[in-house]
Amino acid sequence: MRIGDTGLKWLFLAPTLLLLLFIVVFPLIWSLGLSFCKYNATRDEPPLFVGLQNYRRLLSSPDVWRRFTVTGRYVLLAVAGEFALGFGLALLLNRRFYGKGLITTLFLLPMMFSPVVIGTFFRFMLDPNWGIVDHVLSKLGLPRIAWTSDPRFAIYSLVICDVWIWTPFMILMTLAGLSTVPPYLYEAAEIDRASWWLKFRYITLPHIAPILILALLFRTMDAIRFFDQVYVLTGGGPGEVTETVPFYIYKVAFSYWRTGESCALAYILVIVIIGLSSIYIHYLNKVRGR
Amino acid sequence: MREEKLTALILTVLLSIAAALYLFPVYWMVSTATKTRLDALSIPPKWIYKPTLEHFKAIFSRGSGSSFAHQLLNSFIVSFASTGLVTIFGSLAGYAFSRFPLKAKDDLLFFILSTRMLPPIVVIIPLAVMYRSLGLFDTRLGLIIAYTVFNLSFAVWMMKSFVDEIPKEYEEAAMVDGYSRLRAFLKFVLPEMRTGMVATAIFSLITSWNEFTFALLLTADKARTAPPSIAQSMGVSGTNWGYIAAGSLLLVIPVAAFTFILRKHLLRGFTFGAIKG
Repeated sequence: MRIGDTGLKWLFLAPTLLLLLFIVVFPLIWSLGLSFCKYNATRDEPPLFVGLQNYRRLLSSPDVWRRFTVTGRYVLLAVAGEFALGFGLALLLNRRFYGKGLITTLFLLPMMFSPVVIGTFFRFMLDPNWGIVDHVLSKLGLPRIAWTSDPRFAIYSLVICDVWIWTPFMILMTLAGLSTVPPYLYEAAEIDRASWWLKFRYITLPHIAPILILALLFRTMDAIRFFDQVYVLTGGGPGEVTETVPFYIYKVAFSYWRTGESCALAYILVIVIIGLSSIYIHYLNKVRGR
Repeated sequence: MREEKLTALILTVLLSIAAALYLFPVYWMVSTATKTRLDALSIPPKWIYKPTLEHFKAIFSRGSGSSFAHQLLNSFIVSFASTGLVTIFGSLAGYAFSRFPLKAKDDLLFFILSTRMLPPIVVIIPLAVMYRSLGLFDTRLGLIIAYTVFNLSFAVWMMKSFVDEIPKEYEEAAMVDGYSRLRAFLKFVLPEMRTGMVATAIFSLITSWNEFTFALLLTADKARTAPPSIAQSMGVSGTNWGYIAAGSLLLVIPVAAFTFILRKHLLRGFTFGAIKG
């Protein structure tokens, strides 16, 4: 028996579509339903429909807004740091030198490592008693800092760790962007004796802008989505000053067991993420359209 | 040109130093893992010390260390099993999306991509409830299914981008010669997809091997993998950092090796096939 193209198409797509349907779509619809209910997953009582009560309470709660502010600060600082450092290093790595492949790959390594494992080890390095970081600071005559437990610095311990892991991603993306600039443009500019800045502003930047926006989009989304580093570095503390939204959702769902409420907050986060990514995509299309 | 060579040489030295400084945490992990418990906590730090393998021995010996060895085994089984599934399913779907006409294909592809953009915690809450009632909670099978789905959207996009580069004439010529579409695919297209499948597999292997949130919340004891176990091995007092560093190193070293194999495909992997690199 010969399978026709249509049959083969659905045969090939079936495993993927069925898995996504059962493990992503179905749970998401279920949790949308739960977000309108009072429900505790550890109890036998069935979910109790309460309408918009979860959403109303969450959106009017200063606790929730504070977590959004913390998330915003963390994401902004981390992504900006990664961007600046990664962009600078990529400009250097894009020039001619010996051992280019090896050195570039070495710089890219950290983004492949498990963030939770790196976070755990950064906790050790940032420890005020046994950590190497504070030892170096004191050798340089700078004050020791209780990185993960001082409310003023705890967020920076998260930022430092995230920047170390993800600067390589910005290097990778910037290098990719730089490789798309046709060399003859620089040669032409050379003949016109254009300054470094002019070449950068009118040749390099327009060519790499789309990929840079894409890089920022990826990093912003990932920094919002995951809470690995928060879990191991600060545990959201001291107090709750480094509790980001996904970490808070995790606590509401799996420590306080307010399952319905956690589903509602999860949906609020998803809406924020969709909104943010459409802003990025709008700029991306604008830059590409030029 | 003499001047150019000198600049390249200076840049090489500068960037080597920068790379060494940047990777200092990795060196420190190796050093902490091979120090005794006391040496690891010594401040000022011991730069020269007698290396020990006691932490690695503790991990693989029976008794207190054996639980971490068991979790490493779980990590290994779960990563490889889900990678096998995701590579097969992703390749088939990638081929279908690349070659066959489909209503609302772009919408479907975008939907598949968007499942990857969701915060894991959003999917995990209902999944955890579901897994408990299905008996999949704290089983390797449950985690294998979760990782397969989690990596599927990536694999579909990645494989589609590789299949797009294989000329359609491959199977069209074979079909003129009387091959069925399926046999033409198996005999002529699949071998061409090998590079893409290897890259996709390594990427999904690393992602599953590193994964934390699903493992933390969908397993407890029996099926627990290494990353959440490392995260939870910090005690309030008397944390054995040498042991943790040794365990971390066992997770990090294979990834570093695979990264070198994968380095030509890193860009494509991180952009879901959008940028070929």
